[in-house]
Formats: sequence, C-alpha cells, structure tokens
Amino acid sequence: MDGAKDVDSTHAGTMIRLEHLSKTFPGQHEPAVDDLSLEIYEGEIVVFVGPSGCGKTTTMKMINRIIEPSSGKIYIEGEDVTQADPDKLRRRIGYVIQQIGLFPHMTIADNIATVPKMLGWDKKRISDRIDELLETVHISKTYRDRYPKQLSGGQRQRIGVARAMAADPPIMLMDEPFGAVDPITRERLQDEFLRLQQDIKKTIVFVTHDIDEAIKMGDRIAILRDQSKIAQYDTPERILTDPADEYVEDFIGSGASLKRLSLSKVRDIETSDWPVAGLDAGHGEVREMMRRSGKEYVLLLDEQRKPKRWVSLSDVEHDGVPLSEAGWPAVAIVDGGSSLYDTLDTMITSYKGSAIVVDGDGRYQGVVDFETVLNAIEDMRPHDDRRPLRERA
Amino acid sequence: MRSTEEDRPSTISEDLYSSSAPEVSSGPPVEGKGPGTARTLARYLVMPVILAAVCAGLYLWVGSLNLDSIEQRSLNREVITEKLTRHLEITAVATVIVVVLAVATGVLLTRPAMRKVAPYIAAVASTGQGIPAIGVLVLSAILLDQFGFKIAVAALVIYAFLPVLRNTMVGIRQVDSAVIESGRGMGMTKTAVLFRIELPLAIPIMLAGIRTALIIVVGTATLATFINAGGMGDIINTGIKTSREPILITGSLLTAVLALGVDYIAGIAEDVLKPRGL
Repeated sequence: MDGAKDVDSTHAGTMIRLEHLSKTFPGQHEPAVDDLSLEIYEGEIVVFVGPSGCGKTTTMKMINRIIEPSSGKIYIEGEDVTQADPDKLRRRIGYVIQQIGLFPHMTIADNIATVPKMLGWDKKRISDRIDELLETVHISKTYRDRYPKQLSGGQRQRIGVARAMAADPPIMLMDEPFGAVDPITRERLQDEFLRLQQDIKKTIVFVTHDIDEAIKMGDRIAILRDQSKIAQYDTPERILTDPADEYVEDFIGSGASLKRLSLSKVRDIETSDWPVAGLDAGHGEVREMMRRSGKEYVLLLDEQRKPKRWVSLSDVEHDGVPLSEAGWPAVAIVDGGSSLYDTLDTMITSYKGSAIVVDGDGRYQGVVDFETVLNAIEDMRPHDDRRPLRERA
Repeated sequence: MRSTEEDRPSTISEDLYSSSAPEVSSGPPVEGKGPGTARTLARYLVMPVILAAVCAGLYLWVGSLNLDSIEQRSLNREVITEKLTRHLEITAVATVIVVVLAVATGVLLTRPAMRKVAPYIAAVASTGQGIPAIGVLVLSAILLDQFGFKIAVAALVIYAFLPVLRNTMVGIRQVDSAVIESGRGMGMTKTAVLFRIELPLAIPIMLAGIRTALIIVVGTATLATFINAGGMGDIINTGIKTSREPILITGSLLTAVLALGVDYIAGIAEDVLKPRGL
C-alpha cells in the first residue's frame, strides 16, 4: 500500500533517544512525566499528541532542557546530552513555540540571524542565509528590515520557522506551532511545512492536542495519556486502522476510517486501465477503442498528454464534429499528490463518478473510479482482521 | 483594506494613505501609528517657545526695575550662572548615581534567585521616598555630620531611588515570557537574554522611571541650600530672607523653567532611545 508513509521497518538511524525520563515539578507530588522511554528516528516528524495536561509539552521541552529532567537520560545522535552545556545544546536544536516569541525590537533579519550570530558566522554568510530562508518560507526580501509588529500572524509564524531553521539544525522542536493562527492559514502553513520537510528532512518533534493535525503532520505519532505515558507510538496509518486500546480509539474520535483516507495519496493506488486517445485520432479509431475496452467513454489527451475531453459513442458516431469539440470537457482532475479523501470528494461531485489523475505538470497518469478506491480501502485494513473497524470494538 | 495587513508600506506612506482615505471604515487608520511629522514638530517646539518667552519676559521685567544693592548682589549674570551650574551639577551627579544603582538593583531583584528577597528590598527602597525630602536631606547631613555637595547628592539619590528601581523591575517583568523562552530555547545565555532582550524591551518603562527621578531631583535640589550645597535654592532663599520679591520671583521662575526644560529634554531622550519596533 502506501509505501512513502509506511516507514516503520525502514526508518533511518535514531536521532533522539529518551531513556526513563521523568519530571516532577517542585512542590508537586505526582510526576508530570513518568518514566518515558522513546526513540525518534532521523528525518521523521514525530507528533506528541494528547489531552491538555498530559505532559506532552513538558516532555518536548526536556529534549532541549528548557525544562531539566528530574531523572533519566537524553541522547542526541548517540551522545548523552543530559549533562551537556544547555546553551550549546540548544543552538543545535531549532525551537518554535506557539506564541512564536519573535523579538519585537529586532528586525526580521536580526531575528533570523540570532543563532548564526551566536555561532560566529560572518556577515556575508548570515545575510545570504537570511535571503535564502525568507525565500523558503515565502516571504519577500523587502521584509528584512521590518519589525514583527508589522507582520500578519501567518507571516510571523513563517518567520518563527525560518528563525528556528537559521543555522540548519538537524532537530527541530515545535510546540503547537500553528496553534495561534486562523484555520485557513493553519492549513496553508501545514501544507507548506510538509513540502518544506520533503526537502530539508529534519528530525522534528511536534506537539499538538489536535489529532487531525497529528495525523496530517506526523510520520509517527505518540499518543500520550496522563504523565506522558505512551498509549501508542506508531505510524498514523496503523494508529487509525489498529488502535492499541480504547483510550487511543476515543482519542482518535469518530471517522477514523475517513481520516485514514486522507493519509493515502492517489498516486499510490492502482489506477484503472482506461482507454485514451489523442485529439488527432480518427473517429473510427475511437469507436473501435470503446468496443474493445467495454468502457462507455474515452478520454482524449492533447499533444502534451494533458486531459482535454471525454467522448461517448454517440459523440463519435458522426465524423462531422471534430474531436476537439466533441463530448464534454475533462473535469474532476486531481494531482497525484492529492489524498484519497480529496479524490473521493472530487469523484462524488463529478458527473461521471470518476476522477482523472495527473502528474505535477498536468499530464495524464490514470483514472480512478469507485471500484479502485474500494480496493485500496480493502488493502488498508489490518490483515488479521477483515471485518469493518466499528464491529471490532 | 487587506493591504495594510499583508504588505504594510512604510509608516510615512501609510499615514498618507490613511489621511487621504478617511472613508475607509475597517481598522483604525486615523488613530495611526504615532503622530504625523507636522504634529511631532509642533509638540517638540511648543515647550521651548514657552520657556524662552518666560525667560525673556523675566529679563525685561527685571531690567525695567530699579534694583537696590541687595537685589543687585543676587540678580546678576555671575551669581545666576554659578547657582544654575551648581544646581545642574547636583542634579546630574545624583541622577547618574541613581540610574546606575537603581537599575543594577532592579536587574538583580528580577533574577529568579532573588525572587524571595525582592519584596523586602523594594520595601526598604520605598521608605526613602516616604520621608519628606527636606527630612531626608537634613537628617542625612546631621547623621553624617557633614554638609555640602556630597551629602546633598547622597540624600537626593536616596530620595529618587524608588521610581527608577520600581520601573526597572516592572519593565523587566512585563517582557513577554514567550520572547524570553524563545531566546533561551535558541541557546542564548542568561546574560545575553538580559542585555539583548529583557533590558531593551524594558527601556520604555525604565526611561519613564528615570524621567520621574530626574524631575524629583531637579526640584528637590532647591532644598540643597539648607545644607549649604548651593544651587537655585540659594537665590530663592535669599529672596525670602531679605524680603526682595524680584529675587524670589527670579529664583522661583528660573527653577521652574529649569525643571520644565529638563523634563522636556528627558521626553525627547525617551522618544529617541526607545527601541524601534515596539
């Protein structure tokens, strides 16, 4: 099935290892984090998700020792950093918090330059890096000399991410980084960040209380219950299809199967074999194609193999109408990177109950119909149990 | 009006924009981001003009009088310049010492390690201001059995300590904890956070405290005459003791002009020293 996301057996080396980590705050009897052990693999986004007060933020903040653990050990790239100089440790770890915490009295450029300056980079290198990062987070270079107050919430968030990436740290800690922006901006920032992560391949620890955000962002999700006890640590796919216990099931909430669809990309499922012809094909050729394939419609492509029109038998019966005007325009086109969820949505609203899959340049890749999607859903179920999910509880 | 949110132009063009488009209802464009250039200039010019007018009026009035020998001994360029200089010296030295000591104390008291003792030290500092100024001055002199410049400065330091201390502490404490956390989280040392984040962000409030201290010092320094430390208080005191109204009025008016002038300059300093972007 969905090979890109199914990383469990194929993960790279361990980047962060937490061993028996505990934290008891002064004046409290119960530990906030109790004996947590966890491995975080290189290049993955690991999401800590759980109800408020479960200790997920405390756990994350112990990794860069903003909160010092009461006991246990932290290893980064195999090195025990539990006793290392925390300031030096933190310069290797990008840090984004929900309130962002840009320095209001410094320009955007100075904000981004914070860590490179501490690391003693020369001016030219810092300046080039600022330009590069502004481009990465889609903010115009004209913003260099502006102050945080002059930016919108979404822009500040992007600068926060740029600042955390400034010295190219291998690890980033993100505490509800998209929590303080409106839902539309949040979705855009999430998408942007996921695209960015494909290039930068950082090891990211991401904290959220929103399971949908966790499913969207995570290569792996740690669902935490009180005192940061791990209820399940697994890929989003497996958490959705095979929740470890009732707690996880409750936390995922309803619609797990539909959420599962949002994880699979349409390019990863097998598309139907559909008859296609060029716009310059003869009418007889198209009729013959229909007869052979048994399909009622043929998809016409232009010279660049971009989908143009659907034609049915009645459209090509008479040679009079040129193919470029016959039938009806090809709509319901989805990009190969779209989720099955979105594809299904497109199919339901499309006239013919099928969607055309194209690549990034808009070239034809295949056609999906309901049957294809049903087959894919069948494949997603745990192999030891083929009954529908809701009957298993 | 979406443009103001997404790609805000420079402040000047924004002011132009808001004044040329008063019909725009969304957002508060008229309130703007600080006064326009013309208004700022007016604000900066009004006070010096008033002060100059007062001085000129005083000069003409005194010049029109027939001064007797007592009055002539006080109301001449040498004496006034000397008293004025002395007054400014006392003020400047006391203020500098207050700023150094009170800011340092304020910084120390806001460190986490000092959280428990901070209220007690702040309470001690505030007793200085609880006693009437003349009491602090005379008591210091009597207790130390010393008169003159140094003791006047010391007494003024005690008297003006609190506003600077209090504003330093308030200024540092009001800095957004998220900003400090993000600085620490990026690997800034505690010292770097103090000097590059906490103090710059506390500056507007600290400056307000320093300005208050300055006004207290420049006014209270008139009392330095009672412990033989000189200053404008000498002229006023002479006016009272000799029952010469021209001396009394000249001394009082010049002291007032001096205080307002110092406050005016402190105000400009506040505007200039305030970090941009706040």
